[in-house]
Amino acid sequence: MTHASTTTVLARRRRLGTVLIALAGVLFALWATMNGPVAAHAAEGDPYRVSGNVQLEGAPLEGVAITVDGPGGPQTVETDADGKWAVAVPERNADYTVTLDESTLPEGIAVVDESGEDTTPNVKEVHVGPGGRVSVNFFIGEGERHTTSFFDQLVERIINGLNFGLMLALASIGLSLVYGTTGISNFAHAEMVTFGALMAYLFSVVISLPIWVAIPIAVLLSAAFGYLLDTGLWRPLRRKGLGVVQLMIVSIGLSLALRYVFQMFIGGGTIQLPGSAPESLNLFGSVRLTWVDLTSMGVSIVVIVAFALWLQRSRIGKATRAVSDNPSLASASGIDVDGVVRVVWIVSGALAGLGGVLWAYFRPGIKWDMGSSILLLIFAAVILGGLGTAYGALIGSLIVGVLVEVSSLWIPADLKYVAALVILILILLFRPQGILGRRERIG
Amino acid sequence: MDILQILSNTLAQILSPTTIGFVLAAIGLAVHFGFTGLLNMGVAGFMAVGAYGFAISILTFGLPWWLAALIGIGAAVVFALILGIPTLRLRGDYLSIVTIAAAEVVRLLFLTTAFKDVTGSADGLSGFHTGFRASNPLPQFSGNAGFGPWSYSRDQWWVIIIGVAVVIVTVLFVWALMRSPWGRVIKGIREDEDAVRALGKNVFSFKMQALVVGGVIIALGGIVTAMGTNVNPNVYVTSQTFYIWTALLLGGAATIFGPVLGAVLFWVVRAFLSNLLPALVNIGALPFLSGEQAQMLVFVLIGIALMLLVIFRPQGILGNRKELTFVK
Amino acid sequence: MSSDATAPVSRPKTTGLHVGDARPGVPKVDPIIVADGVRRQFGGLTAVDVEHVEIPRGAITALIGPNGAGKTTFFNLLTGFDKPNEGTWSFDGKSLSGVPAFRVARLGLVRTFQLTKALGLLTVLENMKLGATGQRGERFWSSFLPFAWRRQDAEIEAKARELLVKFKLDAKAPDFAASLSGGQRKLLEMARALMSEPKLVMLDEPMAGVNPALTQSLLDHILDLKDQGMTVLFVEHDMHMVRHIADWVIVMAEGRVVAEGPPDTVMKEQAVIDAYLGAHQDVDLGVVTGRVAGEHTTAEAELLEEIEVAADVEEGEA
Repeated sequence: MTHASTTTVLARRRRLGTVLIALAGVLFALWATMNGPVAAHAAEGDPYRVSGNVQLEGAPLEGVAITVDGPGGPQTVETDADGKWAVAVPERNADYTVTLDESTLPEGIAVVDESGEDTTPNVKEVHVGPGGRVSVNFFIGEGERHTTSFFDQLVERIINGLNFGLMLALASIGLSLVYGTTGISNFAHAEMVTFGALMAYLFSVVISLPIWVAIPIAVLLSAAFGYLLDTGLWRPLRRKGLGVVQLMIVSIGLSLALRYVFQMFIGGGTIQLPGSAPESLNLFGSVRLTWVDLTSMGVSIVVIVAFALWLQRSRIGKATRAVSDNPSLASASGIDVDGVVRVVWIVSGALAGLGGVLWAYFRPGIKWDMGSSILLLIFAAVILGGLGTAYGALIGSLIVGVLVEVSSLWIPADLKYVAALVILILILLFRPQGILGRRERIG
Repeated sequence: MDILQILSNTLAQILSPTTIGFVLAAIGLAVHFGFTGLLNMGVAGFMAVGAYGFAISILTFGLPWWLAALIGIGAAVVFALILGIPTLRLRGDYLSIVTIAAAEVVRLLFLTTAFKDVTGSADGLSGFHTGFRASNPLPQFSGNAGFGPWSYSRDQWWVIIIGVAVVIVTVLFVWALMRSPWGRVIKGIREDEDAVRALGKNVFSFKMQALVVGGVIIALGGIVTAMGTNVNPNVYVTSQTFYIWTALLLGGAATIFGPVLGAVLFWVVRAFLSNLLPALVNIGALPFLSGEQAQMLVFVLIGIALMLLVIFRPQGILGNRKELTFVK
Repeated sequence: MSSDATAPVSRPKTTGLHVGDARPGVPKVDPIIVADGVRRQFGGLTAVDVEHVEIPRGAITALIGPNGAGKTTFFNLLTGFDKPNEGTWSFDGKSLSGVPAFRVARLGLVRTFQLTKALGLLTVLENMKLGATGQRGERFWSSFLPFAWRRQDAEIEAKARELLVKFKLDAKAPDFAASLSGGQRKLLEMARALMSEPKLVMLDEPMAGVNPALTQSLLDHILDLKDQGMTVLFVEHDMHMVRHIADWVIVMAEGRVVAEGPPDTVMKEQAVIDAYLGAHQDVDLGVVTGRVAGEHTTAEAELLEEIEVAADVEEGEA
């Protein structure tokens, strides 16, 4: 557990992957037994064989656990006094995964990788050919163990996920408020996120103000940006009577235009805010967090609580909820809908801008399309919570954040957004109104 | 600045496989959005499914190219069914978000290193054109042949011939569909699906049929593009979807020839600007921009054009003035 | 169509529809719709809670009640546009529970909507042709084979034009439906519904937003439906009209059926007076719901507040 490093993280991910596959195998075997003819269930008398030899510099190692998974489900054996092991498998012309449990090796040694490319040398994929027999050998030597506690990993992921989720919440609350009060599915919200990060960069790096001054300025400018978009674009369009679909496509055009304007300024590369590569703190076990992570979470929580109080207590907050609930009724009861919408744009600009700054630290780095890279996660969060409800957006964001981070324990890291998007689709299938949404909203 | 070269490059763009693929994708989107009112924001996903279905069938399964194209179409049908079953009962804007998410899922699945052996990951797929090129019936010639700016190699001409033929057949197909009673129901659904439901039509089934038909046409766009170029996951991003929307709205969403005109115009203007703006920078006419920034300016202008189109001429160039395509 | 369309006609009312005393849920001699225990809740609010009701065949039945009584929701439930929390109902002896809206329509139960749903960017003629059921050309593959559907389409067109003449819309046939006036749209919607030769026509506020000049013609069309053997069920606010054409009246309040009977007697019942005049006697509901322009009086503002509170409750419980 003291050997935590990036390679072990990767190793564990793969290990967990095999565990999950093994679990699926068990379930499948169970299902197969309950459904009559047992086609591929591992048994003593199975005809084909996967075998091997575990030795350290010629000396056999006894009692090392080997798990073979594939058709017939997972089977675990231990090496005998000669360091030999063998497993009977039910099918040939099939692939099996052989995993050596490094915790059963003597102290100080591990499976080493002869090529230097494989990050998980203790897991091997083998193919049992037409001959029906295959042997698997592991190279054992002094090296880094590919085991660490699953629990630590999970805790770290959950904390990261909450951090990411809180950041997402800042962005998605604004999107949800705008949707609730104006009906716009605002694709350009992503660019409001990027805008915040860019302004922080402008004032902290280009103008060299301290970062704690630069960030508030960036948030204020983001609020102003929201105001400007409402006054200069959205309000005239509402007056013109554009439908929600038209407004959505206008926001897509705006998103494209802004994105490339940003790129004209900062190019296609990544730029960093000050203090983006901080020392990390060891919390417990192998769980590590940075000061930036902690500050980011603290700021998010404070801002979200302040926002909630504002929405709940202030006159304008109540009016916002009323407009969200039923714009024509609110208008009929004397609420200045245009004024409320203006405030909503300002608030949502500020929140998105702050979210952008935090996202720049989380990624880390500022890129011209950093906002649009999480736009779908923001939408997923908003829909998960129920379109148009601010608290729903918060809960949805936390779920999406944790889900994205935790799911990468099992699925490849470059697919981690897929889990959130698949959940989004499933939510729409089973509970289209979201978690906090009302069913009758769905037309 | 060589204005003739710029014009020649621009005009050559009209027959490129990319443009032909765009034309088909725009026609498919017209079936979805213009005629049925389905807000499909996953156009790039349908194209990717077609293109990858085609390329993978050849590379991994060794199928002949025409069978591979059929598999690409079949994959699009499956994709449409998977998307449609959960979402077609929901409100329109939900469909847009689900389709955009599904397209992104598809792209990420093609991009991930987990399936590198089959999808080629970030490198994409190439080297699957042999069978297609071997089936070329044109007489042998070396180098390029053609006239004016439209001078292409024998392989390129074969793609163009197939592509244009597919476009013609598709246009006739959509025209026949939309003038039939089937098209009447479809347009009715665009206007108000509850009213159509109250008249005893199975709205869900009609929407599903339209989703599949349009999806297949979009996938054909992906397949034709793949016949002429390599397949790369970075092409099938959400921006691609937005460009196709721009092309469609430019031409006129609820018309038969609108998407054809819109897609060709989109690429002609884009090629023209991509050639012209850097040239202007070179001669110092745009003092504040670098050549690279001039390229980005093209996309800024596309975004602005999309906004202006939707605000001021939502029916597009060919659309009837009375017949606005945005109902709600 | 009657020749004296300009003068208010008094055609004979259909009587003898019920068995026993006229009371809520009274059995009918020949019911076309029978509903039992139909309940629909929105959040914590019960919009419809109908214990038992029967709609008589071959007559014009009016469904009346104050705003928020659940009339339109009940309409939506009967036609499959909404699903109840519980309850069963049948049409012509066939159970309709869980039957989707389009199948309900195919069984011969067609409806119109409170807010007209003329398909604006289709021509008036296309709107009409869409109404016909069982069209061969609507099947995907045969739509490519004009010879398979051309003759049927011509027949449908002839029928559509005939109906348009009857509804005095024939001059508008090639125009987009969006160019019609509100009253003409109502007429078009009704004519379109008749294309499917329904057994029961359900009209949701057929008179709402109709120019008074067209009112009489609409009334005559409704009476004609009965003469042609169709059953009519309609929701209406205009008591004068209800009295004028309805053979039977069902009164709903707060989701329940509170009274039933022939129009001239049911209007006098205490339950009906209570339902209408009880809580908000001085309120013009048209103003509150925004259908009629006007300043809010104190009473109306109070009602609005009440509605908002109800909405809050609903939100809290959802």
